[in-house]
Amino acid sequence: MKTILSLAWKSLMNRKGSVILTLLAVALSVALFLGVDKARTGAREGFDNTISGTELIVGAPTGSVNLLLYSVFRMGNATAEISWPTYQKIAHRDDVAWAVPISLGDSHRGFRVMGTTTDYFDHYKYGRNKDLVIAKGRRFEDLFDAVIGADVAKELGYDISSPMVLSHGLGKASLGSGHDNRPFRVVGILAPTGTPVDRTVHVSLEAITAIHVGWETGAKNPLADTITEEMIRSFDLTPKSVTAIFIGLKQKGTILTTRRAINTNPGEPLMAIMPSQALAELWSVTDVAERALLAVSIFVIAVGIVSILTSILSSLNERRREMSILRAVGARPGHIFALLVLEAGLVGFLGALLGIALIHVILAIAGPIITAKYGISLTGTGLSVTDIYTLLAVTLAALLAGAIPAWMAFRRSLADGLSVRL
Amino acid sequence: MTDPVISIEELRFSWPSGGEVLNIERFDLNAGERLFLRGPSGSGKSTLLGLIAGVLEPGAGHVNVLGMDLAKLPSARRDRIRADHLGVIFQMFNLVPYLSVVGNVTLPLKFSPTRRKAISGDTDEEARRLLARLGLTDAALLDRRVSDLSVGQQQRVAAARALIGGPEIVIADEPTSALDADARDRFIELLSEEAARTGAALLFVSHDASLARLFDRAVDLREINTARAEA
Repeated sequence: MKTILSLAWKSLMNRKGSVILTLLAVALSVALFLGVDKARTGAREGFDNTISGTELIVGAPTGSVNLLLYSVFRMGNATAEISWPTYQKIAHRDDVAWAVPISLGDSHRGFRVMGTTTDYFDHYKYGRNKDLVIAKGRRFEDLFDAVIGADVAKELGYDISSPMVLSHGLGKASLGSGHDNRPFRVVGILAPTGTPVDRTVHVSLEAITAIHVGWETGAKNPLADTITEEMIRSFDLTPKSVTAIFIGLKQKGTILTTRRAINTNPGEPLMAIMPSQALAELWSVTDVAERALLAVSIFVIAVGIVSILTSILSSLNERRREMSILRAVGARPGHIFALLVLEAGLVGFLGALLGIALIHVILAIAGPIITAKYGISLTGTGLSVTDIYTLLAVTLAALLAGAIPAWMAFRRSLADGLSVRL
Repeated sequence: MTDPVISIEELRFSWPSGGEVLNIERFDLNAGERLFLRGPSGSGKSTLLGLIAGVLEPGAGHVNVLGMDLAKLPSARRDRIRADHLGVIFQMFNLVPYLSVVGNVTLPLKFSPTRRKAISGDTDEEARRLLARLGLTDAALLDRRVSDLSVGQQQRVAAARALIGGPEIVIADEPTSALDADARDRFIELLSEEAARTGAALLFVSHDASLARLFDRAVDLREINTARAEA
């Protein structure tokens, strides 16, 4: 077998050009398949790791996926808010252990600004119940204090005491519409989490109110610039509304009744969702598309295998002579069969190996870009059992495909004997 | 006198498609003998060599190689006998294109432990020694791709391959038909010398009767084959 393997290898090396093309076809198809698979599982894990410990999220009525996306993942915007009295009512419910309000809608140089209370740092958890850690500095205390995520600090080059100007709206550079006279100061920097928290600027709820003084109508009041910091501090900055509320319950068992109670709240209509259930709903939507993509990529792998078959079949006629030489020096028909099967298997194996290497290089490059854009780090994209199974499956499929030309050569070598009429 | 290395009795062979190709009452090749078998194309000589090599099965009769009747042996056994005891030289395109010159020469050893064991030292050394005896000494030449060698050089490589490991029988099917007269005589001379040295019997098949003078004995296939040749 060692002899045949070495012959197969040398034969492939002799046809480098076409073999490399076939190898590439297999490698690209395998990379596509694993890419789809890894992006899918990586994104799921990334999303699933973003929030934990929060039993319910309450917002204005909307789709549950939508509420989850804007409140936790900072994707999209809230269409309506919850009034402050309603927040207080919910926070004081008997079954609620804690309720953290968040207020979204502003940005700082492309990073979302979130108003909340310091309770957020105690109750927001990610991954497997991991706490947010302030790597440097402290929580916000003063009206114009800001605690920034790790990516915000890194990308904007901010450190403790860096001044920052928050702008209204979500534009990357909100020229002219900036809240220029509301200078904030970085007082804390969070340790990296691999979640959208890294790309968030955290301030107090009062600060959100403060930056909107003079903007009550939604557009800038001509007098807004004349309002000084001192004047703002003297205002009543109790927020009028919040975007969403993160809730922890005293007893997990009450989750369904609490949710029902909130959903049927008399007065202001509300919506409470369970993060994991909303995520499952999201995945059930994307699942169809993912499966379709996977199916397509499996077909692409099949095309890669067929290209191995094609390249061997097309070489078979010109190799008839070679086969009868091998027969003459003592090769059995089984050796001829094994030679062609091994050639196909080698191309399949090496192609799949190359494909695996390729997708890991691509993910190593693309991963940080995705994280930078969405704050979600793709996790579990390292070498996985799926990679190994794919390698084995592709090699096996190539060996099986190789059996077709091998069988033809086998039959032919019996019929040809030693003499080939060329 | 020792037993013949090849002994054919009452051999009959037909292709499935029709007419009888071979009907040979008796044909022997003695140990160490250099025999010229003359036959024009279409006389069934390739078929005869296929039967001796054990890749074809006779319809009737016996093909004894070294006392073993191939007709009674399973094909795997016949393959084994061919690997161990037979060296074959074709008319042309004798070499595996993706192997080196030395790799081509040592190829039979990979399929025959018996022939491998017959060489005491390094097999590549033995291949180079054989090639040198056949006039291929240039080291640069041995590194070339086999397809870059001249036909004459290729045939010598094929001869070295047939001889390596000392098989008892070397059969050559028109090995000189692509060579010019000088190269042809020189090739036969070298092949004969080396066969004599290793003690191999040489069965040399050609349509060219003028070569008969270079051999111990000559047989005309048309005289021993009584099958009615069909067009």
